[in-house]
Amino acid sequence: MPTLDFRTAIRDALDEELAHDDRVIFFGEDVAKPGGVFAATGGLYERYGADRVFDTPISELAITGAAFGSAVNGLRPVIEIMFGDFLPLSTDSLINQSAKYWYLSNEQASVPLVVRSAVGGGGRFGAIHSQSPIGWFHNVPGLKIVCPSGPADAKALLKAAIRDDNPVLFFEHKRLYATKEEVEDGAGDEVAELGRAKVVREGTDVTLVSIMRGVHDCLAAADLLAVDGIDAEVIDLRTIRPFDRQAVLASLAKTNRLVAVEEGPLTGGWAGEVLSVAIEEGLGDVDDLWRIATDDHPIPYSPPLEDAFFPDAAAIAASVSTRLAGSAG
Amino acid sequence: MSTTVKKPKVDTAGRQAGLDLYRRMRLIRRFEDTIQSLFQKGEVHGTTHLYSGEEAVAVGVASALGAEDRVAGTYRGHGHALAIGVEPQALLDEMLGRETGVCGGRAGSMNIIDLEHRLIGCFGIIGGSIAAATGAALALKRTGGVAVAFFGDGTTNHGYFHECLNFAKVNDLPVLFVCENNLYGEFTPWEDVTAGQILSRPKALEIPAEQIDGNDVWAVQAAASAAVERARGGGGPQFIEALTYRFVGHSRSDPGKYRKPGELDAWKERDPLKLGRQTLIERFAVADADVDEVDAEVDALLEQIVERGLASPYPTPAPATEFKD
Repeated sequence: MPTLDFRTAIRDALDEELAHDDRVIFFGEDVAKPGGVFAATGGLYERYGADRVFDTPISELAITGAAFGSAVNGLRPVIEIMFGDFLPLSTDSLINQSAKYWYLSNEQASVPLVVRSAVGGGGRFGAIHSQSPIGWFHNVPGLKIVCPSGPADAKALLKAAIRDDNPVLFFEHKRLYATKEEVEDGAGDEVAELGRAKVVREGTDVTLVSIMRGVHDCLAAADLLAVDGIDAEVIDLRTIRPFDRQAVLASLAKTNRLVAVEEGPLTGGWAGEVLSVAIEEGLGDVDDLWRIATDDHPIPYSPPLEDAFFPDAAAIAASVSTRLAGSAG
Repeated sequence: MSTTVKKPKVDTAGRQAGLDLYRRMRLIRRFEDTIQSLFQKGEVHGTTHLYSGEEAVAVGVASALGAEDRVAGTYRGHGHALAIGVEPQALLDEMLGRETGVCGGRAGSMNIIDLEHRLIGCFGIIGGSIAAATGAALALKRTGGVAVAFFGDGTTNHGYFHECLNFAKVNDLPVLFVCENNLYGEFTPWEDVTAGQILSRPKALEIPAEQIDGNDVWAVQAAASAAVERARGGGGPQFIEALTYRFVGHSRSDPGKYRKPGELDAWKERDPLKLGRQTLIERFAVADADVDEVDAEVDALLEQIVERGLASPYPTPAPATEFKD
């Protein structure tokens, strides 16, 4: 069976969409001639030329502003903001301009742009190159947020993001770039539908909900739990906004216990939104619900500190075991 | 060919074009007066940032643009919108919060968007117009259009200004940056908070730049036409610093106590409408009465749109779509 790695999936999605639609352009810092600091965009400049794929100054305000301005004038820009931690510099264009345009213009036009950005910890990059800035954007109406967990899915979701008529934040977890998976022929060639979660492991005792690398941690936790006779279901949300409520509620109705596992601060994170929906719309199915997220302080640098900071499979499994034991009686 | 006695040549095309420029400036002035009055009556809400005194800048620049060009304005954007051709009725209705407003009452004074009339948007946070026009130019480069960003002197200290001027230059984008230097960033004199001269900034990036009299609509038109032509011809970004002055406060709550003694009166001597009338008479041999007629027509129009606007329905609260399908 052929394999697909995450970097190739990203590059192929860009390649295919640049070929598919002449209005698609791609720019960012070091993305064209150097091929991207995460080596995910090589060859595109050579294939499509400097009019469509180009390197920019280190100017996040200009990059994001230019994406907005070109998107409302007929292009479909994809930009790279190298690290998600740099996105605060892009927020005026994203939050005040792009996300509001469809509504404020009384639906004269939408803003078809995609921001690709590398996020996530575990690389010893310290507090300001390791964050998962979903919470910063999660309460912005009009902005889609896509968080893929694997290569084939990343490809299909990025293609969907580029074809979407709305502004989309597309997050790529740094610890996933080197991952590869065995795939069917043509996997990721399809264009995914944004807003659909996937049940990636079926189970009956507890539902683990996560995104990106967290999905892999949850799957590993489920294997650990299986040893103890706990059968966990794992849901990959894939997109945080729009959010697939039905998938979460259907799983909750089956397992009656739900854990949202977030690589990000507990307070104000997306996991809280998942729990809110579960309570508001599925309270009758709830035996237990909780969040596993990071402590409310910056991400540390030192390896033992960083390793302890992020929830891993063992921590997730331990939390579930303890909680289920406590409620077993 | 019969011989006739030569009369002094009347530039009829120039006269008509001049009257049109004047009419548009007068429309903006009276529109702003009307907004002020409707605000005091509680019909216009929130706040307002009026363009009174700066009309020649927007009107002169807009007169240099074609159907393929696009404009990004500021929160002081009524003048930008009217200059580029947004319907006065639709703009007024937006201020009144009515369903018939150009954005259905969703946007209000600071956030006007009218793509049909080439207005990408007006931006409530300074610098937004610069970003929007820079991006627009990426798209317009393909179609031969030019994007225009209006912004104030205060914006020259903003991140968008520095990042986008450089971005536009290195990408040779067809964009015209129009700095409306009205001498104050909100309440603070521009020279108190700005190092060096504004013009030295684009010049440092080798962007062609000139300072002009922003109250003389013909001077603005000439400079803008030349700049737009250069940008359209592949000359990359262009920069104009138009010296002008706002006759009213920064926003509705500002009495303008920071003005230097005599400053307002001196600028009112150089009121763009007054200069416009004078030029029409002296350069284009327009009769005083003909200018009065334009004034009367504009006044009548304003009266009419206010009556219609106040009779227009408010929007009905209803669920809105978050995303375009």
